[in-house]
Amino acid sequence: MTPGEIDKIFRDEAGRALATLIRLVGDFDLAEDALQDAFAVALERWACEVPDNPRAWFVNVAKHKAIDRIRRQAVFRGKQQALVHELELNALGPDEPTATLDDDMLRLIFTCCHPAFAPEVQVALTLRTVCGLSTMQVARAFLVGEEAMAQRLVRAKQKIRLAGIPYEVPEREMLAPRLDGVLAVIYLVFTEGYVATEGADLMRPDLASEAIRLGRLLNRLMPDRAGIKGLLALMLLHDARRAGRQTPAGDIVLLEEQDRSLWHRAQIDEGLRLVEHALRVPGRPQPYAVQAAIAALHARAPSFEETDWPQIAGLYEVLLRINPSPVIELNHAAALSMVDGPARALDLVDAIAARGGLRGYELLPAVRADLLRRLGRTEEAREAYRAATVATQLEPLRRLYARRMREMG
Amino acid sequence: MQYLLMIYQNEVEYAKIDAATSQKILAEYQSFTQDIIQNGNFKAGDRLQPTTTATTVRVRDGKTLTTDGPFAETREQLGGYYLIEAKDLNAAIEIAARIPSARIGSIEVRPIWVYEK
Repeated sequence: MTPGEIDKIFRDEAGRALATLIRLVGDFDLAEDALQDAFAVALERWACEVPDNPRAWFVNVAKHKAIDRIRRQAVFRGKQQALVHELELNALGPDEPTATLDDDMLRLIFTCCHPAFAPEVQVALTLRTVCGLSTMQVARAFLVGEEAMAQRLVRAKQKIRLAGIPYEVPEREMLAPRLDGVLAVIYLVFTEGYVATEGADLMRPDLASEAIRLGRLLNRLMPDRAGIKGLLALMLLHDARRAGRQTPAGDIVLLEEQDRSLWHRAQIDEGLRLVEHALRVPGRPQPYAVQAAIAALHARAPSFEETDWPQIAGLYEVLLRINPSPVIELNHAAALSMVDGPARALDLVDAIAARGGLRGYELLPAVRADLLRRLGRTEEAREAYRAATVATQLEPLRRLYARRMREMG
Repeated sequence: MQYLLMIYQNEVEYAKIDAATSQKILAEYQSFTQDIIQNGNFKAGDRLQPTTTATTVRVRDGKTLTTDGPFAETREQLGGYYLIEAKDLNAAIEIAARIPSARIGSIEVRPIWVYEK
């Protein structure tokens, strides 16, 4: 086997192997270091013979590496001795029940997304440990330096140890709110991949893919959760339009201009099936499932004009009832402009702006600009496009607004 | 693990509370304290006099300097604490959330530094 092939297996198995190792050795850093040791051994030994169960192999070899590391430490005392003893007793057999390993993965996810961490720390920890991205890659995702990101991760892992953040899946009444937190982290990763906050590129497909991978994993580990299915559907449906959303030169192609034959049909079908499951799960409607239902109506529409705008506006009203936010209000206004016309939508947008709930939300002037343009109020539209240009840090959006201003003459 | 739960709330606002409400909160504190004593979580706990009674001390170049008032002027002030024993941070957060002042002010949860012997 070539080093490249070994690296691929390692990348596929590292997250799960790490999840189990952390439970066994009780320490994030030790588990990570030991797993890297095991990877080095794999590069030497697997050239001739590959084990049947690579994950169990990684866990067992890494466990012994962890024992070596503990023994090498200058202070090797009672507590560590007991740990080594315990580790030596509990070899991970190839017959380890899958349920235990799945639980380890959930433990890892819930620990990384613990509410005792700031949201950006939750995202960073999840990308680093669950997704197995390198510190460099995580740093790039946040557009910060590698050194700063390494510091942030070190502090987070220190907090897990020193503050006693437990390595467990929350129980009973705590599960639902904590799961919402996990979904929020996954959605944060996805939205940054879908429309970047700043920079030269509209999309960062690697982040969107990681988020979808996380969504799939969670959906497999915790089936029949409407929120998870809804979020996964939402991400699949949005991401399915990727190829149609920009020109080869990296300019934005708006939904009304997109060549729908470029959309990823198989992914849309998967998303549509998931939306239906999500909406059938008993209980009150989940915000992600409703958002996915909206994305499904877009995905199903043969053209922009033939989109079921009244139903989309209606679904935004449902969202406003179960999960009100100024962003939803803004989306609702945009959808309503396709039903009742731009004038009524503009009233709504101006009302949102007057309340100031969306201060700093860059898309408000953009939505206003679009409505004013459609109303033929060119001068005001121009002013709003200028405000939108100032509000964004994303180059393709700035080019889009410039194009709109040119088109108005 | 041991955690210090520091109770922060706005003293000025709290002083405006009427006697009946104040009695009610005090009773809630008593029942909460009883509860964590019975569950074996309680190590220590006290209410503090307001920051108007505080004196801040610094020693510089061997000289003791005292200033009138708390170390820092903040919107919410340290008004009391519990030292608790809890299985992990989740358990500590759960206990902190039951402190009556959590509904008005904020509880800062800090693990106690343990020196390896």
